[in-house]
Amino acid sequence: MTAIASTLPDWNPLSLWYSDGWTVTKRNLIKIKRSPDMLVFAVIQPIMFVVLFSQVYAGAIQVQGTDYVQFLMAGIFAQTVVFGATFSGAAMAQDLKEGIIDRFRSLPMSASAVLIGRTNSDLVLNTISMVIMMATGLAVGWRVNSTVPEFLAGVGLLLLFGYAFSWVMALLGMSVKSPEVINNASFLILFPLTFISNAFVPSETLPTPLRIFAEFNPVSSLVQAARQLFGNEGSAPVPDIWTMQNPILTVLIGVAVMLIVFVPLCIRKFASISSR
Amino acid sequence: MTIIEARGLTKTYKSKSGPVHALAGLDLTVPRGTVKALLGPNGAGKTTVVKMLTTLIRPDSGTALVDGIDVVANPKGVRRIIGVSGQYAAVDENLTGFENLEMVGRLYHLGGRAARKRAHELIDLFELTAAGNRPVKGFSGGMRRRIDLAGALVINPKVLFLDEPTTGLDPRSRLALWDVIKRLVADGTTVLLTTQYLEEADQLSDDIMVIDGGKAIAEGTSDELKAQIGGHRLVIALVNAADSAPARQIMARYGSGEPTVTTDGRGVEVAVTDGPAGLQHVLAELGAAGIDLHDAGMRRPTLDDVFLKLTGHKADLSVTDDDETDAAKPAKGRRARTDNPSDASSDTPPRELVK
Repeated sequence: MTAIASTLPDWNPLSLWYSDGWTVTKRNLIKIKRSPDMLVFAVIQPIMFVVLFSQVYAGAIQVQGTDYVQFLMAGIFAQTVVFGATFSGAAMAQDLKEGIIDRFRSLPMSASAVLIGRTNSDLVLNTISMVIMMATGLAVGWRVNSTVPEFLAGVGLLLLFGYAFSWVMALLGMSVKSPEVINNASFLILFPLTFISNAFVPSETLPTPLRIFAEFNPVSSLVQAARQLFGNEGSAPVPDIWTMQNPILTVLIGVAVMLIVFVPLCIRKFASISSR
Repeated sequence: MTIIEARGLTKTYKSKSGPVHALAGLDLTVPRGTVKALLGPNGAGKTTVVKMLTTLIRPDSGTALVDGIDVVANPKGVRRIIGVSGQYAAVDENLTGFENLEMVGRLYHLGGRAARKRAHELIDLFELTAAGNRPVKGFSGGMRRRIDLAGALVINPKVLFLDEPTTGLDPRSRLALWDVIKRLVADGTTVLLTTQYLEEADQLSDDIMVIDGGKAIAEGTSDELKAQIGGHRLVIALVNAADSAPARQIMARYGSGEPTVTTDGRGVEVAVTDGPAGLQHVLAELGAAGIDLHDAGMRRPTLDDVFLKLTGHKADLSVTDDDETDAAKPAKGRRARTDNPSDASSDTPPRELVK
């Protein structure tokens, strides 16, 4: 056998962290490329949502000061990035099931690399979905009525929220250990979270208990922030609560909280999981 | 010189039916450059030991050093010098064989160029050249195992851990994998191997530790263990069950223990130490006594024989649901293990009939 130096290069922790994270990200991206079902899901679903909602509900839902397509798009963007985070959970559960996590954990790699690779590749997938949705939106009449920096800030905010949320789902995925369970469980969480919000209808039209939920729902703040940044607000009154009056700040705080809480939890969980 | 030194390892899992002691105070010593086999049935605690020594799970109590490095205090230090290959090939289905190995090399921090070079070498070494550039998804079970084993050899590990390397493989793939492992061993790599098959332990290891219920119940070289259980077994099948008493008497003279008779009275078996010569004598005497036979032959001892001798009970080769590690979820997924007793016995080598 060929001899391989057992004294390995003495890399500093930061470059190790970066290089390990990138190695795993690349592995996940190859997976996406090779399993078209995932890519098709990420591409087709947003197109379907944009077309269905804009064509089916546009005639029936009245939004003050703007037409429904303008109102709708930020909602669909938010829904897509939130749903996209499910991939992180399902993929962690799948990796555990296949035993590759044991391989990773027996290598001298950085402790967070697998999670960073996971959430990074989902960020890429979300970005692809976002571009496709925006193109579809433009085709059905959506227009951005803001400056380029505002528009980019809006896109960034949506992706950032999706990124932070994938850490939450990754923890869930490592906890339930079954891709099927995570898919079912996340739909139980994600449908209420995205539909009981201002994403598809103005929240003031909802019955009181649901309206209160919708107004405090972080997804509502995300949608509101995106609407502001894309200039799609219309003239409907914004609920008089702090989180809805300051949606951008609320989203940034939400992202920070999710990362501060769930990144360490995920890394701790990862250090103790084993496939079988 | 000792390279693996474990003292008093314990691990208890909670289960619905109460706590399960996967390991109940296990001591293990492996000298450098030797091959140690942990032999035991499902749920004996073999996988738990390997997972502890490879830093995947922490012991509840006890200590373990690999090349002087504490597995609990410095897991990363241990990971830098070991290679692990498990019973479930831990490879990425969507990556090619080459990509899998390159990724492992990068994660051992060899750097991109060295990782690619090493991946090429291993693909050649394991004769996977034709399959190296196809996603693992399409590989046979044997090929997956070879990629997985290659992954454990990306660095020249100081200790190689092989957890049931051939479980679930067909006999031909098993022989091929044994061949690869034997070549590694000839190079002086220290190996800790777990297996359910006595023959595998016999073929590959210098030293065998038999474990059951999370404890060592015997330890020694394969010859020493065989001497304990009487080496080969001489087995005959009678035409008439009525002949079992005289047949038993004849066999007792040449066997190294008390012959056993099957419940139907037609099968008689005894351990022998002098190999085929014993069979020749027994056949001659049975013929002289006018006893008709359906079949007669020798078979190598199995794990069941070892267990019967050492513990007085048969090895439970069926799956227990209690043990989270060794026996967990065998029926799930494509690479489900074949764990039922009938399957285990099909792995017993065929009787070598006298020609």
